[in-house]
Amino acid sequence: MSDRLRVKKTYKLYVGGKFPRSESGRSYPVSSPDGTELANAALASRKDGRDAVAAARKAQRPWAGQTAYLRGQILYRVAEMLEGRAGQFAEELADATGAEVHDALGAVEAAIDRLVHYAGWTDKYTSVLGGANPVAGPYFNHTTPEPLGVIAVVAPQDDPFLGLIEAVAPAIAAGNTVVVLASETKPLPALSFGEVLATSDLPGGVVNVLSGRAAEVAPHLAAHADVNGVDLSGVADAELAASLEAAAAETLKVVRRPGKRLDSLGLLRQWTEYKTVWHPAGMAAAAGGGY
Amino acid sequence: MGSILSGAEAASLVRALPGVDAVGLEARAAGLATRSVKAESKAKAIDLAISMIDLTTLEGADTPGKVRSLAAKALRPDGDAPSTAAVCVYPSMVPVAAEALKGSTVKVASVATGFPAGQVPLDVRLADTEAAVRAGADEIDMVISRGAFLAGDLERVFHEIKAVKAASGEARLKVILETGELVTYDDVRRASWLAMYAGADFIKTSTGKVGVNATLPVTLLMMQAVRDYRALTGVQVGVKPAGGIRNTKDAIKYLVCVNEVLGDPWLSNEWFRFGASSLLNDLLMQRQKLKTGHYSGPDYVTVD
Repeated sequence: MSDRLRVKKTYKLYVGGKFPRSESGRSYPVSSPDGTELANAALASRKDGRDAVAAARKAQRPWAGQTAYLRGQILYRVAEMLEGRAGQFAEELADATGAEVHDALGAVEAAIDRLVHYAGWTDKYTSVLGGANPVAGPYFNHTTPEPLGVIAVVAPQDDPFLGLIEAVAPAIAAGNTVVVLASETKPLPALSFGEVLATSDLPGGVVNVLSGRAAEVAPHLAAHADVNGVDLSGVADAELAASLEAAAAETLKVVRRPGKRLDSLGLLRQWTEYKTVWHPAGMAAAAGGGY
Repeated sequence: MGSILSGAEAASLVRALPGVDAVGLEARAAGLATRSVKAESKAKAIDLAISMIDLTTLEGADTPGKVRSLAAKALRPDGDAPSTAAVCVYPSMVPVAAEALKGSTVKVASVATGFPAGQVPLDVRLADTEAAVRAGADEIDMVISRGAFLAGDLERVFHEIKAVKAASGEARLKVILETGELVTYDDVRRASWLAMYAGADFIKTSTGKVGVNATLPVTLLMMQAVRDYRALTGVQVGVKPAGGIRNTKDAIKYLVCVNEVLGDPWLSNEWFRFGASSLLNDLLMQRQKLKTGHYSGPDYVTVD
């Protein structure tokens, strides 16, 4: 009997809960650091970016409207699904980076732990960041953090899996939705992660994964008026990062600059904005509110 | 203009119409939908589409305030964008719209005749029409009795349209065929001709209140009907697709069809309209995109 011909996987984008090829029909070959060809991945275009933002916008309000408890449960579910496929991800990551499988498995496990970490934060960060403010008057004054909306993330180039999850998890934990541009040369683990997300109760559109050239797609995401924040921490080219920041300023976006290190609370805070509410305590009492 | 035909003559002419080549029609519509309109042409098409919109609100929850804000948007959608063609409301909201649009080029269109089902007695439908015209409607959007049409009583449908046309007086009459309920292309063709023989100024696809609204093939079929009607009688009739046209891409497909099937005489809001509400915001966002070079978002247009 002849040897079986291996079925090669086509890596597609993950947009709005579906796996489309690029609207442009383009793809590009992805190789390991030693030059072995691994697979072809879709080469996202400006319009894929636009479609992803539209999907993220559509998903954002329902996602932010879910209870914090449920968002935590869903993030935990993502971690569960990833745990079951840790071996596959370790191999993909090892192929992509040239690391030993054993080391890659360590990175995958760290990513899983990170998801569990942020699953725990979903129903706690509002209490930590927000609170009741003392004011000189018959009012209650509450401050509460709310999600910014749609966040565009350029994922780290050399840390294609753990780096991506560290960028995406805090944003979605806080109720944002995300369009993430995976590492240009090492996009395969990120694209496989889309399959994990698709099978883990995360509503379609909350995370959208694109693969392609940062220099081509990111400027349109940074300038897009319907994007509320951009995470440039994965932009390797300083000149590109500066131009993206300038484009983002045109529509008043929150920008995370390359190289900006933040702890997990800092990351949650990065993608939220504060709402302060004055509530007339006296009137509540007059209306029989018990105060 | 009034019709010179009797009901029986119109019905027999309509019954003798040839059937529609459904496959050919859909292929033609699909072919026209592949045209790519870019840059400067796109900017012109967007402005033309905006100027052709009958900005519509037909909800039980419509309030005078909502109609006033819609009228303000119709007058000045965004910066230097053109005004829309009309504001389309229920008869009870016509006085509010007429007051808000007084002195402008934006028309007041009112649905009437027991919209959307049309299942009320004829005298009620006529009174509905007269009240709307008295209140200041420039245009009347009537619904045909689909029940009578589907039962084969074309004469009755013909007489009803004629009666409503008479009741409309100076107001232009748009006849809603509700193509989603007629189902077949053959019936859409018959209803189009029947409405035109009865004196329609416009034929309109849908109420927006049933599952299937305007589709490109159905609208194309109606365009062919008005083209042939003008060739036959010399009378020009307008077309208004309504319902389900939500984005710029779709609107441009319709404009391409108008240009290809009907040509210049129909490429103005005098003879072609879009019945829509959410379409306007998408057109404005695309317009902003062309101006600024970056994509816009729903935060940059009004919430209706």
